[in-house]
Amino acid sequence: MTNVSVMTFNILSVLPILVLAGFGMIVLFVDILFSKRLGDKNILAYLSLAGIIIAAIVSRGTTPIALYSFNETFVIDNYSLFFNFIFLLSTGLVILISHQYMKRENINYGEYYALILFSTIGMMLMASGADLLNIYIGLEVMSISIYVLTGLKRSKLTSNEASLKYFLLGAFATGFLLYGVSIIYGATGSFNLKEIADFLINKGDVTGPFVYLGVGLIIIGLGFKVASVPFHAWVPDVYEGAPTAVTAFMSVGPKAAAFAAFIRILMTAFGSTHYEWQKIVYVLAILTMTVGNVVAVAQTNIKRMLAYSSIAHAGYLLVALVAANTLGVSGMLFYLLTYVFMNIGVFAIVIILSQRNDGFMQINDYAGLGYKHPLLAIAMTLFLLSMAGIPPTAGFIGKFYIFSAAIKSGYIGLAVIGMINSVISVYYYLRVTVVMYMQEPVREFYPLTISPFIVAAVVISVIGTLHLGIFPSKIMELVQQSILTMR
Amino acid sequence: MSLPLLSLITFLPIIGVFLILLMDSKDRELIRLTSLLVSTIVFFISLPLYFNFDSHTYDMQFVEKLRWIPSFGINYYIGIDGISLFLILLATFLTPISVLASWHVTKNVKEYMIAMLTLETAMVGVFVSLDAFLFFVFWELMLIPMYLLIGIWGGPRRVYATIKFFLYTTAGSVFMFLAIIGLYFLNYRATDEYTFSLLEFYRLDLSFAVQFWLFIAFFLAFAIKVPMFPFHTWLPDAHVEAPTAGSVILAGVLLKMGTYGFIRFCLPLFPEVSYAFIPVISWMAIVGIIYGALVALVQDDLKKLVAYSSVSHLGFVMLGIFAFNIQGIEGSITQMVNHGLSTGALFLIVGMLYERRHTRMIADFGGLTKRIPVFAIFFMIVTLSSIGLPGLNGFVGEFLILVGTFKSRILYASIATSGIVLAAVYMLWMFQRVMFNEITHEENKMLKDISKRELVILIPIVFLIFWIGIYPNSLLRKMDTSVNHLLMQIGEKANIVSVAQGQKNPNQLKHNSIPKIDIVSESKQEW
Repeated sequence: MTNVSVMTFNILSVLPILVLAGFGMIVLFVDILFSKRLGDKNILAYLSLAGIIIAAIVSRGTTPIALYSFNETFVIDNYSLFFNFIFLLSTGLVILISHQYMKRENINYGEYYALILFSTIGMMLMASGADLLNIYIGLEVMSISIYVLTGLKRSKLTSNEASLKYFLLGAFATGFLLYGVSIIYGATGSFNLKEIADFLINKGDVTGPFVYLGVGLIIIGLGFKVASVPFHAWVPDVYEGAPTAVTAFMSVGPKAAAFAAFIRILMTAFGSTHYEWQKIVYVLAILTMTVGNVVAVAQTNIKRMLAYSSIAHAGYLLVALVAANTLGVSGMLFYLLTYVFMNIGVFAIVIILSQRNDGFMQINDYAGLGYKHPLLAIAMTLFLLSMAGIPPTAGFIGKFYIFSAAIKSGYIGLAVIGMINSVISVYYYLRVTVVMYMQEPVREFYPLTISPFIVAAVVISVIGTLHLGIFPSKIMELVQQSILTMR
Repeated sequence: MSLPLLSLITFLPIIGVFLILLMDSKDRELIRLTSLLVSTIVFFISLPLYFNFDSHTYDMQFVEKLRWIPSFGINYYIGIDGISLFLILLATFLTPISVLASWHVTKNVKEYMIAMLTLETAMVGVFVSLDAFLFFVFWELMLIPMYLLIGIWGGPRRVYATIKFFLYTTAGSVFMFLAIIGLYFLNYRATDEYTFSLLEFYRLDLSFAVQFWLFIAFFLAFAIKVPMFPFHTWLPDAHVEAPTAGSVILAGVLLKMGTYGFIRFCLPLFPEVSYAFIPVISWMAIVGIIYGALVALVQDDLKKLVAYSSVSHLGFVMLGIFAFNIQGIEGSITQMVNHGLSTGALFLIVGMLYERRHTRMIADFGGLTKRIPVFAIFFMIVTLSSIGLPGLNGFVGEFLILVGTFKSRILYASIATSGIVLAAVYMLWMFQRVMFNEITHEENKMLKDISKRELVILIPIVFLIFWIGIYPNSLLRKMDTSVNHLLMQIGEKANIVSVAQGQKNPNQLKHNSIPKIDIVSESKQEW
């Protein structure tokens, strides 16, 4: 490393992370020390929520310039602040929806809340990493927590299977990522994203093939985390096997974190070679959208359908990455935020309706829901329409944003394929509403116990979905501001 | 204009939706009355649009413009001209009638009325939007309530029909969406300004190739909506399964969105390609006219018959639009209104028969005239209006369309005329089988004649049928200036563009330089 870097340990820059870590520890200790007296363990959920709210307060606001610290390995800019907001929001919503579920499934362990908080720390590290190693560490912190969370239902085989599968495949993917990182280090002599970028601009022609190999391996590693085809094989089983609240968690935050790292690495460090990686991502985007949507059509289990739908949404996000322009990046940020609301909203309703041990998970079980529980059905319809991209919902504006970016960069073919996929997705999202409203119930609805927590989560998601769909301009300005300080 | 009249018309139904949301779903009568009241108020406040409409200018009127999503240059930009005026009135007119026609709906009245009122907002929104993005939002928004109307309150095969309807329409409109985004960037490249304003898009000069692809994208969306042969297969299913009010709105207003789209988007935005497409679209329209009529001829089911007659009638509308002259286009707009009235009324009448007998099979009726004479009179008037009897509204539209087509392409006009003959055949034959002859079914002897509610529904429609038939100028004079301006626009732009690529296509230049633009007074003298 040639340039002199000042050793800066700006502790304030990692304050939100420290807050979360502190609360995670507190949750663990409280759980162990007072486990006899805690009873229903509500206090743990309150504590985690408090941690998230404090972390959100600490990391609120914007910054005019990018602040580097820890030897330029960690950066606070509007981009990372926006992602922090997404992570904290999604984790907060997940805690709201999981509280009741965990109790019902008898897995209300203290570790659950601690692991979710630790995983959020990993995500924040990924979004703030200005250095490949730091991003890698964040990824590991996030992933290892999720491997454990997936297998939280110890007594259930599918949960164990999901956890093991996720862990093994995840370890492979991490291996690829590390290979990529080390090859890049070998080729450019740095882990630092800025230095890599400078190197590539100044003497990139020296090391051609190695850089491409490294980028390719990094794309494989992160492609696994965002569930892009052909690295998606784990998704349906893991989504189905994991406790539903965990599924909700990993379908949103970790995906956003992986995209945060994806965008920052590709756009910052490898921005100058975008003609090369665009081709790879182009193919990935088409495969991911198409496989996700086409296979989702055939699903009968709602969790599996949502798994494939989540693959499809990763595909749409990759479309924006292919566009590789500021519109695309800000579009991804916007889309990820809308995805938080609509996806957690759907999972909240799935959790409300589900029975112990994953009962009531077939789409056909929802028959007649529109009459039995009209409000739930309306909310569900709203979220599904948003996922299908029908106005006036957030999903529509998000798709508009992403496909505008693709068209702006001239990828009209890609946009057309994306739109055709969007039509396919309309079919399977609509099918759920068809079942809810247009079919007679095949079985009795059990009496539901609905906690105020989960109602709050649904209400927040509904408001978010509608607000971003009808008055998106404030958030659009925010996301556009968020990418200004990126290079 | 201090009062935001158009916004009021567009969003008052949504306020009605919120009112209904507050009500108890058991309070059916109150919910019905509220929605009737709201939609009637909307109709009455939409009347000033007609009376205060300045027919001397082609500029957009009652314009409102607010910033909506500034970072993309998207505005809440609405306004009307002589082309959209009547379609808005048609929508606000048919909604209270449809609400009234749904009085017997007992299943989930609350949700039903919410869907109806949301539908009204979306329909009016489509016709008032001057911002392409806003237009698309309303265009898609309309799908949801219609999807629910067919899917929840429809007939036995409602799920199949409604999914087909939704998928067909979405499949068409996604390409339009891409084309709109494409226009947005093309406009930015040309003017350095990010905007979705349709009026700005009109100023673009696009090359033939670009126009071609954008035209195809818009064409798919609109042709599916109209629907043009061969994209029509969703229509009979949707109509047959939809509840009566759904059919009325579907035939009366939703199909017009397609034809309106052709006039509002395709013609002025892509004049050169539209001109080149005249043969293709005209032949599709002609096939639609004949095919729709022939298939209508062999239907056993009244509703299916009316549905196929729609395919035929809308073929005429398309033919008129692509005649590229003032008679053709004015005839088309008039015919859109006429079709909304007479086909809407036919669906209402079929619905009334169905309520009485719970069947729609022609063979189950016969000799009804003796039992229900007043009903028969209304049915007769509407049937004749649909056929196009002089003195009733249908004649005006079809005549103008045929005059226009005759002026541009004699061959097309002469083939299309046979559609009118066929229309007389299938409609009159149907009427004869249902209303005349002997009563063959015992059940038909006990039928009740028209009720007061049904009178209230049908009288306004029949009044308009006569009014437009006798005094069509009340429509035509409001649209003259706008349609003329549209033709000027096409003519000018086609010239500019074809000069630019004149060398490549000398023949095209010759054709395009003389698009048939007529003088306003000509049509006035005729009427």
